[in-house]
Amino acid sequence: MIPMQSARKQKLLIVLFILLGTAVTVGLLLYAFNQGLNVFFTPTEIADGKVQPQQNIRIGGMVKMGSLVREGLEGTRIEFITTDFNQEVPVVYSGPLPDLFREGQGVVAEGQLDENGVFHANQILAKHDENYMSAEVKAALDAAEQHKAGAAVENGAAEATEATEKGILQ
Amino acid sequence: MIPELGNFAAMLALCLAAGQAVIPMAGAYYRNQLWMGLARPLAAGIWVFLLLSFACLAYAFMHDDFSVAYVARNSNSLLPVYYKFAAVWGAHEGSLLLWVLILSTWAYAVSLLSRDLPLDILARVLSVMGLVLVGFLMFMLFTSNPFERMLLNTPAEGTDLNPLLQDFGLIVHPPFLYMGYVGFSVAFAFAIAALLTGRLDAAWARWTRPWTNAAWAFLTVGIALGSWWAYYELGWGGWWFWDPVENVSFMPWLIGTALIHSLAVTEKRGVFKSWTVLLAIAAFSLSLLGAFIVRSGVITSVHAFAVDPERGLVLLALLLVIIGGSLFLYALRAPVVKGTASYAGYSREIFLLVNNVILVVATAMILLGTLFPLIHEAIYGEANRVSIGPPYFNTLFLPLMAMLAFALGIGTYSRWKRTSVQYLWQQLSKVLFASVALGIVLPLLITGEVNFGVMLALVLALWIVLGIANDLWHKTANKPSRVKALVELGRSYWGMQLAHFGMAVIMCGICFTSNHSVEEDVRMAPGDSMSIGSYEFTFDGVVERSGPNYVADSATIQVTKNGEKYLTMHPEKRRYLATGAVQTEADIRVGLFRDLFTALGDPRGDGSWVVRIHYKPFVFWIWFGAFLMACGGVLAVLDKRYRKLRVRDGKAATAAPIPAGTAEA
Repeated sequence: MIPMQSARKQKLLIVLFILLGTAVTVGLLLYAFNQGLNVFFTPTEIADGKVQPQQNIRIGGMVKMGSLVREGLEGTRIEFITTDFNQEVPVVYSGPLPDLFREGQGVVAEGQLDENGVFHANQILAKHDENYMSAEVKAALDAAEQHKAGAAVENGAAEATEATEKGILQ
Repeated sequence: MIPELGNFAAMLALCLAAGQAVIPMAGAYYRNQLWMGLARPLAAGIWVFLLLSFACLAYAFMHDDFSVAYVARNSNSLLPVYYKFAAVWGAHEGSLLLWVLILSTWAYAVSLLSRDLPLDILARVLSVMGLVLVGFLMFMLFTSNPFERMLLNTPAEGTDLNPLLQDFGLIVHPPFLYMGYVGFSVAFAFAIAALLTGRLDAAWARWTRPWTNAAWAFLTVGIALGSWWAYYELGWGGWWFWDPVENVSFMPWLIGTALIHSLAVTEKRGVFKSWTVLLAIAAFSLSLLGAFIVRSGVITSVHAFAVDPERGLVLLALLLVIIGGSLFLYALRAPVVKGTASYAGYSREIFLLVNNVILVVATAMILLGTLFPLIHEAIYGEANRVSIGPPYFNTLFLPLMAMLAFALGIGTYSRWKRTSVQYLWQQLSKVLFASVALGIVLPLLITGEVNFGVMLALVLALWIVLGIANDLWHKTANKPSRVKALVELGRSYWGMQLAHFGMAVIMCGICFTSNHSVEEDVRMAPGDSMSIGSYEFTFDGVVERSGPNYVADSATIQVTKNGEKYLTMHPEKRRYLATGAVQTEADIRVGLFRDLFTALGDPRGDGSWVVRIHYKPFVFWIWFGAFLMACGGVLAVLDKRYRKLRVRDGKAATAAPIPAGTAEA
């Protein structure tokens, strides 16, 4: 054991220790948040120039009918267009598509925008995050709706009510 | 007729549970033996009726009774019979019935296995569990009744069970998970009883410990099964996604782990008492929070309330009553159960405190990360959504676990009250040097690359394993027969070491599979091949195949090892007939040192497909380690001293009852 110090000195040490601990914790927490935080954008927001290139973001919308190209491209690359019926963002992705991915259905992609306004997705979410997607896409569509009275929002709404709870398992 | 019987049985159970919540508690307060004595028969009655209710729902599924709305939504006549049974807990309503059935099972088990518990404590414990049961039974019966009928327009065919759930994982995962979640209600009830009586001593900790260990072991298996299910059924080879739904199951586990350790201190040294009570309340509260988050859909969006406002709000109210009520009681009564013994630096108490602090901090950061998107949305509005990805959790969780592993190694060597640094150094210096040396040299020899993360994880895993080995060696050193001495160490001791060993195994699994997996997504035409290490995968094309309730595109992939024929894999893409839902079925060949994983992606023209091929070293160790941990928990439950001392504690407590409401010094 450390030899007993005066009570005041000990208290000071404890306070300093707590301060240091808090500072380290807050610092780490902010750093971690910076690492893990993905902000969600809609195609309209991207068209408005709210997103810097190479910034890690999530985008969401509908897969535009007839926009999916999966044949004749190099390797496992695919291309499609995501839309909120107001603005469109082209997306490229390499890898297998999730089971729930369909033209005319909602999709959320994680990745970065390049200088030409093409979104390079690292991940297409459509399965494990089924619930997530519906809500985010619905919000994106609602936002676009306010922008411009558009049609075909039923898709998003229908999906939100589908609510195949992955939750039930837990 | 049968579904009505089930409904009626559930209602009867609700009435009995209401009695259970009030009568024994009142009996304990007024010292009425008869009222307190009702606790046991009531627990048995509730259990019987809920079992009957559950059997009725299972009967409705087995006989394709699609007039029951819940059956119609979650089953189909083509569904194989074992999935029909598992579909009973395949969605919200039925899983809630399983939840209450398991809660009543725990209560019944407490009433059966606590013959030596003083009647007034048993009465209070069962009353608290009865109260929780009343809440959830009412929630089930009034907002989510699984027996609801659609008699006027009965569908001819059911919608089918979600294909993701048509899997062995679904059959076993939820029951284990619920056994764990709900099992913490026992520790919770004991904690509330302790707050009410002011009686919290070594005997109390001894009564609570086996129940907590058992619940924890179930939860461990439940989470591991969930992770395993995600690994092979979601089809994409990940085993942990830091998904909100995973996080809410992990938080009670972390707090439960802290509780197990803090209970040890409370039993052996009589300190950390109010802290232990708080952890017991927190473990069950987080289980309830998990149930709320998952069932209300709130984590998706606050608007999930709009989708089903009744359910979410009722559940939230229930949550507030249980958590708020118990915390309020804690605030009033915690000073009563304060500990008095003293301890100094480098004592086992301190290291267990370090364990608790780390686990609680880890839980807090997971809670923050899980709820942050919700808070953000509440503040900034729906249009500004954020999500918290795995990097956040990994950045914070991994360093915390590294600290935990390091403290673990010293903690098991330290002694109660006070341990000298010289003693620890003498015991552990060899272990320290050996683990550092081996942890750095082994990865260099095997892979030839310098990877700081792998080395650190391996050093810490070896630190734990060599520490255990060293401890076993020293504990048996002066005994005539080492084997006999090993047996005599006791089940609690073995349970602890086994669980710690399990943690080291998990650490190895996670670190090797994260750093040395080879994951390839390739487009393959029939005849194409690719190689990973000594394995070569040749794609032989896709044929159509029909299963009982689906048709599948089934691929054939020939695998050779070092040029010799090794095995043939058949990953599939299934389309379920009832709903048209598409489901990827990965083909995984499990091995002790590596898993081979193949999954079929989507077709890309000319008979070519995207194929995902993974080589995942040591991934099996993750679940095997969790299994060892659970075994450790079970072994600790079976320790003889609980039975021996229980009789003594019971007698002592009956001989000198402490009047309700008075403080124990």
